[in-house]
Amino acid sequence: MNTLILRTVAPALTALMLLFSVFVLLRGHNEPGGGFIGGLIAASALAIYGIAFGVGAVRRALRFHPMAIAGAGLFLATLSGLLSILFGVPFMTGLWVYPRILGLEVPLATVISFDLGVYLVVLGSIVSIALALEQDSETEIPDAEVAQAPPLEQVPLRGKRRRRDRQPRETR
Amino acid sequence: MAAIGPALTFCVLLLPFMGALMAPWLVSRIGGARAAWLLALFPALAFLHFCGFLPEIARGEVRTGGYAWVPSLNLSFSWFVDGLSLAFALLITGIGTLIVIYSGAYMKGHPHQGRFLSFILLFMGAMLGLVVSDSFLMLFVYWELTSIASFLLIGFDHEREAARRAALQALIVTGAGGLSLLAGLVFLWNITGVTQFSLLVHMADGLRESPFYLATLLLVLGGAFTKSAQFPFHFWLPNAMEAPTPVSAYLHSATMVKAGVYLLMRLQPVMGDTPAWEILLPFFGGITLLVGVLLGLRQTDMKLILAYSTVASLGLLVMLTGFGSSHALEAAVLYLLAHSFFKGALFMAAGAVDHEAGSRDITRLSGLRHTMPLTFAAALLAALSMGGLPLFFGFLAKEEIYAALAAGNPRAVFFTALAVIGNALMFALAFATGLKPFIGARNRTAAPVHEAPPALLLGPLLLAFLGLACALFPGLSHTYLSSPMASAVAGQAVTIDITAIPHFRTPLALSLLTIALGVLVYWQLDRVRDVTTRALDALGEGPDRGFDHFVSGLVRAAVLVTRVVQPGRLHIYVAVTFVMLALTLLVPLFAFGELPAMPVWPKDMLIEEAAFLVIALIGIFAVLRARNRLTAIVSLGIQGFAVAVIFLLFGAPDLSFTQFMVETLSVVILALVMTKLQLTLSDHRPMREALLDATIATACGLGFTLLLLKALQMPFDRVLTDFFNTYSKAIAHGANVVNVIIVDFRGTDTLGEIAVVMITGLAVLALIRVRAGRRAT
Repeated sequence: MNTLILRTVAPALTALMLLFSVFVLLRGHNEPGGGFIGGLIAASALAIYGIAFGVGAVRRALRFHPMAIAGAGLFLATLSGLLSILFGVPFMTGLWVYPRILGLEVPLATVISFDLGVYLVVLGSIVSIALALEQDSETEIPDAEVAQAPPLEQVPLRGKRRRRDRQPRETR
Repeated sequence: MAAIGPALTFCVLLLPFMGALMAPWLVSRIGGARAAWLLALFPALAFLHFCGFLPEIARGEVRTGGYAWVPSLNLSFSWFVDGLSLAFALLITGIGTLIVIYSGAYMKGHPHQGRFLSFILLFMGAMLGLVVSDSFLMLFVYWELTSIASFLLIGFDHEREAARRAALQALIVTGAGGLSLLAGLVFLWNITGVTQFSLLVHMADGLRESPFYLATLLLVLGGAFTKSAQFPFHFWLPNAMEAPTPVSAYLHSATMVKAGVYLLMRLQPVMGDTPAWEILLPFFGGITLLVGVLLGLRQTDMKLILAYSTVASLGLLVMLTGFGSSHALEAAVLYLLAHSFFKGALFMAAGAVDHEAGSRDITRLSGLRHTMPLTFAAALLAALSMGGLPLFFGFLAKEEIYAALAAGNPRAVFFTALAVIGNALMFALAFATGLKPFIGARNRTAAPVHEAPPALLLGPLLLAFLGLACALFPGLSHTYLSSPMASAVAGQAVTIDITAIPHFRTPLALSLLTIALGVLVYWQLDRVRDVTTRALDALGEGPDRGFDHFVSGLVRAAVLVTRVVQPGRLHIYVAVTFVMLALTLLVPLFAFGELPAMPVWPKDMLIEEAAFLVIALIGIFAVLRARNRLTAIVSLGIQGFAVAVIFLLFGAPDLSFTQFMVETLSVVILALVMTKLQLTLSDHRPMREALLDATIATACGLGFTLLLLKALQMPFDRVLTDFFNTYSKAIAHGANVVNVIIVDFRGTDTLGEIAVVMITGLAVLALIRVRAGRRAT
């Protein structure tokens, strides 16, 4: 979608939404929020970015295939559940530690890493579906060509420049 | 010794499987022939181990052992060795050793010899496990494993279509029988409450009087008859001769096909001695005996003749097992042992002839006695035993059969006549394979023929001599083999004391009659063959053709069903899904009179609640009125957002949050899907179709409304609410109950759900790729 307004706003909006999604994920334990919602927010953020700059830009920004992110999430969640077996308690029992970091007691739990896993799975799965659909609808060009011709030429935004500069190293 | 005994037996039961694992590697390292000698050590060791059981079993004791498997289900891996199991175990490991050596020479130079030996050993392990199983489930698992091994071996030469067909046929027939057997075993378990054969004996009376006795018997017979190739399931066995000869000798004559007979013998003390048992078994056994010998007469291929005579022998065994006297059981035991010896030897001799002379056709082979004297000796000795001539084991069996059957009443006379005819024809078949190819003028047309190598001769010679030795030293063989086995089958101590010295009584007269008839048929073999061929051709199609019709019918039916339930049109799938949903929702509500009471309009409705309800309604109306699809999708989003706000107003922030995000993303993704699928922009359904869809949609909506109203009108159970409110903070250290439930209390559910999310993502991705790929080509 070639609107200047969206292109200008999208990076800021995406960054803000991603930050917010992490916030929602972490606060989920005591306030409304959690991994599912956080993941959905993050997916929307990337969808906006994709609508503004195209699929290739999102893929490059993500570095990993979204399905790989989902896979990592599932792995993390499973690992969080399995960890409890090492301590002789049933599968999926939450384990808590209270390390002191900079003089502040920070409660950490396998529950949090589990929720992070949920976040990543939701994010990865939905983004991969959205990207696959978007890609085919906007162009019939295969991945490689998209990578060579990023649709960002006219927009003199710093963030994007950098991303484009990095691009030659990633030609696959 | 007592402590390591069970562990040792357990290892011995695993030995053949270990051999199977090593076979391909060994063959590739040191060559097939040498590897076979080495691999023969595995069954030989097992044979020696089981020989160690002989004295104990002969005293009438049993050896048991095992390990708990699933104790909560009362399942165990346990074995139970009595006379019957031991005799089978010795046959399996003993003949197995010879077969492995034989295969080394027979399959010499075959590119897949390692695979072949591996399959043979796999089968051996399965069969050994089958006959020593105490637990029902263990027996069943091994039973199926023998079917699978048989499938692999019959289809070993998988590049020929006939071999593939035969393999599949054997698997389908025995596999279907296996299912029937499983059902029968479950019945046995439910009726008696025990899962072990050793305990079943004490439950015999309750079982025979159970109203489910007949059903159980029929199901078990379904398993036994298919495995042991009883009429009308006999057709797979001759087709199984597509397998290499060692397989025919081992699986399809000496061991596997006797698994059904084994099962019947095992159950004889428990299920036998009832009218149903004594009618069904002799009837089907008798028919199988006649069908087997008659079909065998028309064959000219040595292996096929032997295959049909095996069918006949199995029929005879089933007939004797079900005849209903302890004498008949003794006869069955003797005949089973004798048959394993002479049939194994004859098959191996036939294989040697095929291997050296390049043909198995008895009308073309002749005069082989000059070139293959040792093979001839083995074949002749085996044929003499099979024909039931004095001094041979087969003679003892035959004497015992006639002694058991000739009781004087009409039923006995009928079965005696059947046995005489069957045995006489089998006599002819025996000499057609064991004598005919070796005598007469030397065949000049064939390539020069040599005597078979030692590895091919060892098996048939040893087995043929065993058939002689067992009869010459009846004291020894009866004490250690046949008497304990017959005792196990009869369920009480039985002593067999028949010897090879003929007594001038009815049985001998019947034997002489049998031999006379047999000689007559053999003398006129060609004429008899013509007559039976003509008669059988007049009868038309047999069950073998029937199997083909059955399979092709099954395929046609499957195609038809697929065409109906999977027409490939999304519209139909969606319609079916929603119709089913509407039915699931509405039918129980109406059928059980659980309709909710008419809801009361809330009096104190807030203005913002009403406003969002109106917005939701406007959204739905817009969906219905939308001219193009994009408008419809966005309007649907309006309705979703309004509902999300209502959730928020009613104090469900998490739910509302999620709803917002889901609505946003569904609009985005639906819009993307739409552009991708390149649907027409607007809705082109004809009025009739649109009305139908509207009806389905209304029914679904109505169903959900009624269900939710009903749920609201039920008294609210606070148990879970209180539990989570109390413990959310205390145990899980979280104040947000919803999230704590998701990630902690019911974390395993969530793990499953995210796995589903990811798999769905992968599936969607795959579908998109497939589409994109198809467009590119």
